[in-house]
Amino acid sequence: MKIKIDTTGLHESKWYEYVVRFAFGGTVTALAGVIAKHFGPEIGGLFLAFPAILPATATLIEKHEIEKKHESGKHGTASGRRLAGVDAAGAAMGCIGLAVFALIVWKELPQSSLLLVLVEATISWLMAAVGVWLMREKLWRRLARKIHTFHSVRAVARHPESSVDRNSARGREK
Amino acid sequence: MCLHSKCVHREAQVRVKEIILRVIAGGVFVSAFSLLGDLLKPKSFAGLFGAAPSIALATVTLTVMERGKTYASVEARSMILGAIAFCVYAYLVSRLLIRHRWPALATTAALIVVWFGCAFALWYAVLGRS
Repeated sequence: MKIKIDTTGLHESKWYEYVVRFAFGGTVTALAGVIAKHFGPEIGGLFLAFPAILPATATLIEKHEIEKKHESGKHGTASGRRLAGVDAAGAAMGCIGLAVFALIVWKELPQSSLLLVLVEATISWLMAAVGVWLMREKLWRRLARKIHTFHSVRAVARHPESSVDRNSARGREK
Repeated sequence: MCLHSKCVHREAQVRVKEIILRVIAGGVFVSAFSLLGDLLKPKSFAGLFGAAPSIALATVTLTVMERGKTYASVEARSMILGAIAFCVYAYLVSRLLIRHRWPALATTAALIVVWFGCAFALWYAVLGRS
């Protein structure tokens, strides 16, 4: 599957949806700081990986898909929820990158400069997340091909006469 | 510690400033990553940006400036456990949305409990006893 940049998603979003995301992200970040101050960095650090983007994104994907299908006279609830689920599956893969980011900051920060560590950790996050996604795509495609082959072999084993008919029909066509 | 009313007032002012700074930085990073996710296709790839280190990028600089590198490093160690909890949360959200077609808002909101449960259980198992 090819990775594409599609700006139509931007036109679907309304201004208040961006405000909600900004407010939610800002509140979670401030809360993480307050929690760290009261309960120490060990508890506060957990909140650096709090799901701040996913809930809003999944809700908006579902909403936009329902609106899009509604315009063409279809019922889009099921496909909207499926699309939101696919986005969440992507986030689950991205979490491996998030853990890599944290690992680099934990190990490197005490000895290196802050800017260098943040750049290194961000690049590593992106590479790990994209790497996991590509690997999953490859495995998924290979598995799908195997399942397809398995089903066609089983179909031939169950109805050998129909496959013979098909082959003879092909021969006649030639 | 200074208990004079001027000192207390100044400390409160610094705290409010710090919170405002965190709100702005967090809002900017979260909005930027979710905007990036909106632009990309397929959706499974765009979803990677739903787990971007937005809060960490917004706070690490401020934390280092206020409390030093060691403090921020300890936070990052706990962040690994938070990321594992996030992975469990996102996986369950995706299963419930794809298989059972639950509403997105209700699912993502209700399963936050799973994130809290996993994060604190991991913290207790790995760091809590030491």
